[in-house]
Amino acid sequence: MASVNRRVLPGFSLTLGYTVFYLSVLVLLPLVACFVRAGSLSFDEFYNAVWTERARAAYSLTFGASFIAAVANLFFGALIAWVLVRYDFPGKRLVDSLVDLPLALPTAVGGLVYASLYVENGWLGRYLVPLGINAAYSRLGIVLVLIFVGLPFVVRTVQPVLEDFDAEAEEASSSLGATRWQTFYTVILPTLYPALITGFALAFARSIGEYGSVVFISGNMPYKTEIAPILIVARLEEFAYGEATAIAVVLLVVSFAMLFLINVLEGWSRRYAN
Amino acid sequence: MQIDVEAVPSRARVPASLRRSQEDPAWVRYGLTAIALGVVLLLIVVPVLNVFVEAFADGVGTYFRNLVADDDTLHAIGLTLTVVPIAVVANVVFGIAAAWAVSRFNFRGRALLTALIDLPFSVSPVVAGLMFVLIFGLQGYFGAFLRRDGFSIMPYVVALVLAGTWLVGSLLVKPRRGAPPLGLWRHPWLLSVGGSAAVFTVAVALQQYFEVWPQNQSLKIIFAVPGLVLATAFVTFPFVARELIPVMDAIGPDEELAAVSLGASGWQMFWHVTLPNVKWGLVYGVILCNARAMGEFGAVYVVSGHIAGQTDTMPLRIEKLFQEYNLPGSFAVASLLTLVAILTLILKTRLEKLVPAPPRPGAPNSAETAT
Repeated sequence: MASVNRRVLPGFSLTLGYTVFYLSVLVLLPLVACFVRAGSLSFDEFYNAVWTERARAAYSLTFGASFIAAVANLFFGALIAWVLVRYDFPGKRLVDSLVDLPLALPTAVGGLVYASLYVENGWLGRYLVPLGINAAYSRLGIVLVLIFVGLPFVVRTVQPVLEDFDAEAEEASSSLGATRWQTFYTVILPTLYPALITGFALAFARSIGEYGSVVFISGNMPYKTEIAPILIVARLEEFAYGEATAIAVVLLVVSFAMLFLINVLEGWSRRYAN
Repeated sequence: MQIDVEAVPSRARVPASLRRSQEDPAWVRYGLTAIALGVVLLLIVVPVLNVFVEAFADGVGTYFRNLVADDDTLHAIGLTLTVVPIAVVANVVFGIAAAWAVSRFNFRGRALLTALIDLPFSVSPVVAGLMFVLIFGLQGYFGAFLRRDGFSIMPYVVALVLAGTWLVGSLLVKPRRGAPPLGLWRHPWLLSVGGSAAVFTVAVALQQYFEVWPQNQSLKIIFAVPGLVLATAFVTFPFVARELIPVMDAIGPDEELAAVSLGASGWQMFWHVTLPNVKWGLVYGVILCNARAMGEFGAVYVVSGHIAGQTDTMPLRIEKLFQEYNLPGSFAVASLLTLVAILTLILKTRLEKLVPAPPRPGAPNSAETAT
């Protein structure tokens, strides 16, 4: 880490001052406003806003669907990372770039196209609906778009670790008589744990706050397919700002806990890597 | 935290060079490759193709009519092209300042500052929009004031910007060497701080005197363009800073130190040394920031009020057309945004080769929490 004496390079107070100013105005003040507004509610008001039956249904759907999607991403992401690092096939670089598409594609477009793919006469729905698999306007659809949205995270955290993996360890393992599967399971996989967990947490955290894609495909039925951010918007549209803020604070607290966890995990994986 | 478009640049390695011990049986290789390609095909390729097929389902003519003949859609495109550049430029200025402060100096609270820069990534977009409604909305903290006499703050805002410009200018410009500093130029701090205070006072006084801004009129922030800019800037806040900090860390301060010790002013150093060094990293950050800003939905949805032809951006227009069962129109707008996304990916892949790699590329996302 290169740090220079403030007397030598110019602009320390200017840039730091502006950074703190801009950060405070655009990020910190609004956050404070949100917590102050929630704090102005009495305990009963707060409790009645965040713990209604409808809100509980929304939380369990949000966290449940995010969790399932993150688990799916854990497997698919690790698999895609493995294939991209270890194998060679035509169009590999294209696939490597395509993995980032969910981050570049607007969530609204993702939601729109997923909704149209899985309806009865959609490209995929025409085969799935006759089988009884109804992904559009259902919880399955929510999980699907969340998998789409979170796909890059696990791939991009696991990929560099796999690329830097020391071939000697694998050679030692196989020369000592381990089967390929034993080598993978006992030698390679343990070194991937930190990256896998970080990727999982990133995908999960992203899914919790996701709104744009879910709103298209979920149908937004209270108790059934209504996630927490959609409930916040519903409360706002009823001009129930206090209730909306209370639910928002619950989401914020969970997100910040995730943020903290991810930072701890990254510190851990850095130590692990050394 | 890094919920964002960042990806560690992938370094292609030739699998042929892997030793025999690392080789999987052929059936495993083909099986896993097939599954991976299947997942990418189903989750990513098919949806992208579907966007264009649906958009052009009724022919090219209808496609263009959907875009051009619909005034609300045209307005949405125009609004997105207004809001996004403002938010991106604001975040570029911030990103350069933050990267300079964080990567070049050591100060207390630097780790906290880097963590705070990433904070917007962990806030749900809907919550981000809600926060601005709580401040500037009708029932918000400034709501009553903004409605009563909102424009009365404008002279101060304008004066603050002018005073800030003066401050930056006076700190960056150095008097030409050789010429002895005259008068006030001998006291650079007095010149910059006192000068900016003077600029502020004069600017406020002039605007008050000439009554530039209307009085007793409401200034709309929520359900209007300023709110859209605020929400978009919040959501894309970390992108540029997060890309620049690792790049600046990797380059190190040596060349800048050399420039300064040879007598360059702050501005000359920035323009001739720092900027050329980090330009690809900066472009990379701008591309990612722009992609996210153009596609932002949740935060903008909450602050826009969703008024067709007034506060609908392109993603909001997609949703409205979808609700109106105008699927071809919806997909036509979506196809434009998909093109932007594809372009973003192409540029991103190209740029990854040009951006200097962070010091330890092995660790995932190691760069942003500088220790």
